[in-house]
Amino acid sequence: MESILLSILTMGAIGLFFSAVISVAYQKLKVEVDPRVEKITDILPGANCGACGFPGCANYAEAIVQGAPINKCSVGGMAVAELIGEIMGIAPEDVVRKVARVLCQGDNEKAVWAGEYMGIPSCAAANLAGGAGKLCNYGCLGFGDCEKACPFGAIKVNARGLAEVDENICTGCGLCVQACPRNVISLEPIDKRVLVLCVSKDPGKISKSSCKVACIGCGLCVKKSPEGIALENNLAKIIDVEKINDESIEKCPTGAIRKLE
Amino acid sequence: MLTRALKAGVHPDECKFTAGSQIQQFECPERLYVPLQQHLGRKAKPVVKKGEIVKKGQRIGEADGFISANIHAPAGGKVKTIEKVMLPNGVFDDAIVIEVNLESGEVAEPTWPMKPLSELTPDDIRIIAREAGIVGLGGATFPTAVKLTPPDNVKIDTLIINGAECEPYLTADHRLMLERTEGIIEGAELVRRAVGAEKVFIGIEDNKKDAIQKFDELLKNKSGWEVVSLRSIYPQGAEKNLIKVVTGREVPVGGLPFNVNVAIQNVGTVYSIFRAATEGIPLVERVVTVSGDAVSNPGNFVIPFGTPAKLVLERCGALFDEIEKVIFGGPMMGMAIKGYDVPVIKSTSGILCFKRAVREKPKACLNCGKCVEVCTLNIAPTRVVKFIRAGKLEEAKNAGLLNCMECGCCAYICPSRIPLVQWLRYGKFMLRKMEAQK
Repeated sequence: MESILLSILTMGAIGLFFSAVISVAYQKLKVEVDPRVEKITDILPGANCGACGFPGCANYAEAIVQGAPINKCSVGGMAVAELIGEIMGIAPEDVVRKVARVLCQGDNEKAVWAGEYMGIPSCAAANLAGGAGKLCNYGCLGFGDCEKACPFGAIKVNARGLAEVDENICTGCGLCVQACPRNVISLEPIDKRVLVLCVSKDPGKISKSSCKVACIGCGLCVKKSPEGIALENNLAKIIDVEKINDESIEKCPTGAIRKLE
Repeated sequence: MLTRALKAGVHPDECKFTAGSQIQQFECPERLYVPLQQHLGRKAKPVVKKGEIVKKGQRIGEADGFISANIHAPAGGKVKTIEKVMLPNGVFDDAIVIEVNLESGEVAEPTWPMKPLSELTPDDIRIIAREAGIVGLGGATFPTAVKLTPPDNVKIDTLIINGAECEPYLTADHRLMLERTEGIIEGAELVRRAVGAEKVFIGIEDNKKDAIQKFDELLKNKSGWEVVSLRSIYPQGAEKNLIKVVTGREVPVGGLPFNVNVAIQNVGTVYSIFRAATEGIPLVERVVTVSGDAVSNPGNFVIPFGTPAKLVLERCGALFDEIEKVIFGGPMMGMAIKGYDVPVIKSTSGILCFKRAVREKPKACLNCGKCVEVCTLNIAPTRVVKFIRAGKLEEAKNAGLLNCMECGCCAYICPSRIPLVQWLRYGKFMLRKMEAQK
């Protein structure tokens, strides 16, 4: 009994002594942190995706306090920007919600596969090995490097071997854009509803022979809406969605230019 | 004569069925698709226009920068257009299409000094290599002029002529050594003069006894020259390996043969230097081995660059219905092509057609250590690949990822059929990407 009492007392005394040391040290060595940083960190989604341009949410919060714009978080969108605005006492400018778009329609049926691939099931590895036998050197390979990179489960490779984005879940963080070895994915404003779903820069003759739904650079769409679309590197490029005539979309011989519902 | 052997490496079935067939001139087709990117480095700039009449050997593409090479017309004719064609790596790139006029025997004047061989100075030889668009014909196609220009503070004492030809099936260098022996020796002498080496070694694997004998006879009494008989093993013909086997010197990681005072050239390369210096013909054709079980008339052919694979295969009686895989280069390091329109280019040492491709699903690693045993660059492939699979690229780098030259021994020997080389390649790509993001 005595030994138990003695040990409790000793441990307690040591504990008390150190807590006193710590509390003194805490007072003496305190680092001033802006309380707002913590508040903003709490508001931010905590995905640490890096879409804002900072390594993580906490770093962005620090940057905001030091004067960075408050509307950089595309994951949180307008709601988060407003909350941060309240703390910082400034009005948030409009956050344009961006989503990832897979600019390729060449799935297993529509694109031509010249060979069979037995290697590592990863787009980056397949791309190094001659594109896994897919004749098109620009299109989606469908091994799902983007799917693995997406922290939200918004992008998935569908049954036809093509990556597909669920725009309701996509936060526009851009991790899939970085993961794609062929740069097929692009971040686009969600209200941009007309897209050229092809990235092939090959001349029409080649892209036509390698994929049924490739942009062949024929320029029909440009003729119908010269102010809305331009031709660049054998590829139609949208300049202004407002000025695109519906005929441009209907007339596309391969269906590479699409209007989303 | 010296005998040497590489430690480690693998010995696949040699399959050198065409070793006995003489080099034949391949008939120039009616249309040539001459790519502007046939070498390592920057793509050549086209210097001819549509509709222009070109002579054989005329420069049609100009080297763009130091590490680049000139491209010449393999035959006289008319430039039809410049269009994109598929290269052996599957990428579509610019090629000059020449409508060949077989009757015109005109050959363009060489753009380099034509002098008796003994009067050529080192600078003249470098000019020849540069102007004639000569690149390393062993497979890497690195511009030869660059290799002939060692940095000022380096003294090259040894030149190695690489006649190892360790890839299975390929016999192009073998035939060249037998049929153009004198030319190779003269060409090697020019290279020796250009780099200022005192000692010359000619490394030949002992599955080419006839070639070793022929060189030995000719070089017996020439002081400073030595034929090295190498026990056949793959990848002995790789630059760093051959240097180590022949001289015992080890090229540092990321270093060049210059770092150990050695210059090394393939037999095909030195022969094309000789040809440019004596006949004034630039590099417009090369010896290609056509072989494999899906070809009924295999052989060794001198094929002009820009000849589509299809014509070559038709000429050699390829069984198109049964072909499953066509490889440009050797079976270990070559590339499977994605279409028959791919033209023969400077790097094409062989065209191999196979009826059956390996198609086994990879299984789990057994930790048997065979890949470690065969690696000639002291990497433990299984360990590095495990780091890559776990995304630990820094660790993979520290374990020697960047030493790897992708020779394929580890993947060849792996009993679990793990695509180790592809993993290593993937690892290098991801490492570069990671370092670029930093």
